[in-house]
Amino acid sequence: MAEKTLAAAAETRSKSKIKQSPADRAFVICNTIFLTLVVALTLYPILNQLAISFNNAADALRGGIYLWPRMWSTANYKAVLNKQNLVTGLWVSVERTVLGTVLGLFVTALLAFICSRPKYLWKKQMNLFWVITMYVNGGLIPVFLLYRDLGLTSSFWVYIVPGLTGAFNMMVIRSYMENLPASLEESAQLDGAGYMTIFFKIILPLCTPVLATVALFIAVAHWNSWFDAMLYNRMNDEYTTLQYELMKLLSAATTASAGGSYGQKQTSNMITPASIRAAGSILTMLPIVCLYPFLQRYFITGMTLGAVKE
Amino acid sequence: MNANTADKKLQRKLARQAWWKEAKSQKTLLILSIPYFIYGFIFCYLPLVGWLMGFEDYRPADGIFGSKFVGLKVFQTLFEDHDFWLTIRNTIAMSMLNLIFSTFFAILFAILLNEVRNIIGKKFVQTVSYLPHFLSWIVACGILFDTLSDTGIVNDLLMKMHVVNSPVNFFSNGPAFWWLVAAAVVWKETGWNAIIYLASITSIDPCLYEAAAIDGGGRWVKMRYITLPGIANTIILLLILNVGNVLNSGFEVQYIMGNDVIRDFSQTIDIYVLKWGISQSNYALGTAAGIFRSAVAIILILITNAIAKRYSDTRLF
Repeated sequence: MAEKTLAAAAETRSKSKIKQSPADRAFVICNTIFLTLVVALTLYPILNQLAISFNNAADALRGGIYLWPRMWSTANYKAVLNKQNLVTGLWVSVERTVLGTVLGLFVTALLAFICSRPKYLWKKQMNLFWVITMYVNGGLIPVFLLYRDLGLTSSFWVYIVPGLTGAFNMMVIRSYMENLPASLEESAQLDGAGYMTIFFKIILPLCTPVLATVALFIAVAHWNSWFDAMLYNRMNDEYTTLQYELMKLLSAATTASAGGSYGQKQTSNMITPASIRAAGSILTMLPIVCLYPFLQRYFITGMTLGAVKE
Repeated sequence: MNANTADKKLQRKLARQAWWKEAKSQKTLLILSIPYFIYGFIFCYLPLVGWLMGFEDYRPADGIFGSKFVGLKVFQTLFEDHDFWLTIRNTIAMSMLNLIFSTFFAILFAILLNEVRNIIGKKFVQTVSYLPHFLSWIVACGILFDTLSDTGIVNDLLMKMHVVNSPVNFFSNGPAFWWLVAAAVVWKETGWNAIIYLASITSIDPCLYEAAAIDGGGRWVKMRYITLPGIANTIILLLILNVGNVLNSGFEVQYIMGNDVIRDFSQTIDIYVLKWGISQSNYALGTAAGIFRSAVAIILILITNAIAKRYSDTRLF
């Protein structure tokens, strides 16, 4: 927020040589206030969760915790790490994110490579084949039955196999590859390089920005997903994801506040679902918050490209 | 005549030979394509066969091809279900609110952010603004729930300002739920949606701004007459893309935050499908609802695309 005032100050300074109308000055002030408000509204709820997660659970029930914990405690985090299904959930989430992103990125990049070759004989057919899947899909029930018949339900692979590749990510990577100079491939071909050499040695290294973008998209989708866990692995504790376990805590907290009597409300060292959830939420946010500032310069270009080419 | 057909035959033969020659030189690509066709066929096209269930008296024991066809009977049941129409109403209401508010705020945010001259400040605001996009709906709903709970900050403020005497239970009022969902979507996606508008603002020719400045145009004039028209095409394109999603208001928030009290307002088509299809194992009805949604989506996309084609240069296909 201090930065915003600085921004306003710099703004006035740099403009002071040119005549600045009162309307312009008023606009800058209003704009600064507005954007500060946006930042505050975006960050506050997250900081609030952080405060709740570090506050004594029983005390947190009384409410009134804003930006700083009232009774400092790390018990919520200990409770998270002691809860068997949260820890298994964490592992499943990590596994599926790593495996799903690496495999998904490779499979999608290879498909994009094939589809972007100018002379590829099935170019039209292959592209149409995937574009159609963006507009028409079977829907929840047929997909559910298919996965069941394929034996994917009640297994870890239901998270990986069906989502290996998709039209949208493929098109984002493809449009990037199409903008690379064609002469690179031609000169490599003259030197006797086959398609696989061109793919691994030339195209992939040049595609780092777009691959980083799509990797982020895929990874975040894997990390955040809970619906597939609920649908296909509800009964298999060893395969549920962290987000699904959080979701169970969330519904426990919702029902508790909706009027269910909460027997041990006053015990001082008890851990409430709400507090565990706050700690769990902070833990799930951590990898994303750490990663995305480094990736953002990539994904802005990546996303714009993908959307413009649509 | 005869020579002509012979000529054509020869041409075709030559073309075929050229094709085979090219195919040989790119056999790696062609061989690699086959697994992709198979994969896409299994995971994207095979489920479409399941649509047959919507026209059948589906019995799991008989399978899709063994069950008896009943024509549109399942759809009739669906359309006679009062619950289904409530679901449609909720879905449309929520997706319209989401669409209007998230578009409006994304454009507003992009334009205002674009006016910030300080690079560090701008970067900071932007980086913060799309953080929520990367959080899951579980976390976001947890936040929403904490913020609006009896002891949350919103009720706290309302009580302190003496607007209300006892905490408001935000999750027991049906129509309010729609606005809550819209607010949550705005909170989560505004920064992210703004990226694309910011990108299209950058592509506006700077000469226009200079010309406006020379003519004495202030910030307001530049925003109103240069920036806004400059991104109009992007706005239209994104609106077209989204109209097809009008029966797709998302369902994560509704599923997580909805409760029995406001079920008539929080239930969306996806939840309906989930309820009938998976929980009650009425596969036919669930599938029929899914088909209905897809059909409406495709019709809407075609209509909006035609309208856009007629009135502007922007269109999807």
